[in-house]
Amino acid sequence: MEEVRLMKGNEAIAHAAIRYGADGYFGYPITPQSEVLETLEAEMPWETTGMVVLQAESEVAAINMIYGGAASGKAVMTSSSSPGISLKQEGISYIAAAELPALIVNVMRGGPGLGTIQPSQADYYQATKGGGHGDYHLIVLAPATVQEMADFVALGFDLAFKYRTPAMILADGIVGQMMEKVVLPEPRARRTQAEVEAQCPWAATGRHGREHRNVVTSLELDPSRMELNNERFQRTYAEIEANEVRYAEYYTDDAEYLIVAFGSVARICLKAIEDARAKGVKVGLLRPITLWPFPKTRIGELASQAKGILTVELNAGQMIDDVRLASECRVPVAHFGRMGGIVPNPNEVLDALYNHFPEAKP
Amino acid sequence: MTPEEIINPANRVYARPRLLTEANTHYCPGCSHGVVHRIVAELLEEMGLENRAVGVAPVGCAVFAYNYIDVDWVEAAHGRAPAVATALSRLNPDNLVFTYQGDGDLAAIGTAETIHAANRGENIAIIFINNAIYGMTGGQMAPTTLLGQKTATTPYGRRADLNGYPLNITDLLAQLRGTCYVTRQAVHTAAAARKTKAAIKKAFENALAGKGTSVVEVVGTCSSGWKMTPAQANDWMAEHMTEHYPLGDLKNE
Repeated sequence: MEEVRLMKGNEAIAHAAIRYGADGYFGYPITPQSEVLETLEAEMPWETTGMVVLQAESEVAAINMIYGGAASGKAVMTSSSSPGISLKQEGISYIAAAELPALIVNVMRGGPGLGTIQPSQADYYQATKGGGHGDYHLIVLAPATVQEMADFVALGFDLAFKYRTPAMILADGIVGQMMEKVVLPEPRARRTQAEVEAQCPWAATGRHGREHRNVVTSLELDPSRMELNNERFQRTYAEIEANEVRYAEYYTDDAEYLIVAFGSVARICLKAIEDARAKGVKVGLLRPITLWPFPKTRIGELASQAKGILTVELNAGQMIDDVRLASECRVPVAHFGRMGGIVPNPNEVLDALYNHFPEAKP
Repeated sequence: MTPEEIINPANRVYARPRLLTEANTHYCPGCSHGVVHRIVAELLEEMGLENRAVGVAPVGCAVFAYNYIDVDWVEAAHGRAPAVATALSRLNPDNLVFTYQGDGDLAAIGTAETIHAANRGENIAIIFINNAIYGMTGGQMAPTTLLGQKTATTPYGRRADLNGYPLNITDLLAQLRGTCYVTRQAVHTAAAARKTKAAIKKAFENALAGKGTSVVEVVGTCSSGWKMTPAQANDWMAEHMTEHYPLGDLKNE
């Protein structure tokens, strides 16, 4: 029988990383994600799986440790929260440009600036539109449950290695801090050095008899070659967009109104939808699981059947841009959000829906 | 003897190290980097490390070090080489991990990464080229630029009241419990280059033996940045640089 455990989302990330067979974690404390590092230090995986865990001197150092570890083909990850993720952006750009697999977790808190330690989703733009400099994308996964916090560790690593590009788990402070039932993945062994070198023939592992040296770099001063590099990155991103879109739908078959929300906010919206359905309002939910690649095709299809779309986000309206583009202006798209660490209740969501679309009101 | 008899492989006493690639370096005539690159390549070959050495290249003039020394390399962001090397070493403890950094990289933008990697006693060798100027970007002030020294951003000479003092970071690193070997050397004469080679060899041996962090500062020249001929730069270095950056071991445990 499966072992069901009760833990925080941040703790689930740590346990899932050990069980995935991750080779290393490098991080720096920041609320509300410090339990990831704390749990790893308490579990002492270096004595069981051999996983390296290190508290770095800064987020900048931590992301560059990820860069170094990933450059040697190892499965490495870091986690932080919004201000710390801002500090990591330089390194994230380098990791993307050097085509390295890595997993980055952002347990979002309210900003801008030092902001608040309460939950937020205001880093949507940063995660999905770049964040660092240059033309690159991250694969961005948005967990809504503690179970998904655990499951997306393996998914994130697998996608990162499949496409040689960094993946981000974009969680919010709610799903990081709340305790919930979770079934942890089965433990698996870390890859052997031979397996690492077979999987990552490009890695700086030491030559070990290889005829040529491997160099991991993002530098190319010849513009014609740099353009070729960029074209290669874009081909990878096109492949990811074609293959890796993930989302969940609830009550969309007959939906006249559609709510689009991600992360823990989607669960609040689902409760609101169930309340509305009880009064005969035909409203459905699309929850993007990958924020990049964004489920634009499916949202476009649903926009054809809906009378209106409401995005609900813990920000001033960021994902709404992608929803509008996906809907191609076929229906009105409105936004409802709370900021500064405030989380809406289901009644506020419905009030916003009826306020923007009065004809929906029962 | 005819020239043909003299130019004979049996008489050869000096040759390109096998691990120094045939790529033309981008360094200026008289630059210290070429000598230090050669020393590193010689040592990696002599110590039998070509299959387990991983270098971490900086941002600065040595950014293309990976084009010249024929082992695996990782090119780090500016100043982050010690953090990159930390993970490379911890995740691959059988490898020799070394960084090759300039003064701006190591002692300005990367000060935090340098001090904390050394303070943790990471099993890495740090090769630190101090030529008191930013060469690659066109000769601006470095953290190690001497008082009075003219650069592109101190055109009337470095002033303590405007620009602060030259940072002697190697002395600072010698204070840390994580460092096992800290030395300051030069390559302006053949004798100095031989001492530098012995120092880098010791640093590599320490890293392989897991003794902690070794730091080899090489006080170098930048004839282009200093606007001198290579010979003038060597003389200026010996006369002025070694006064503030005296050569010799600071720590050898």
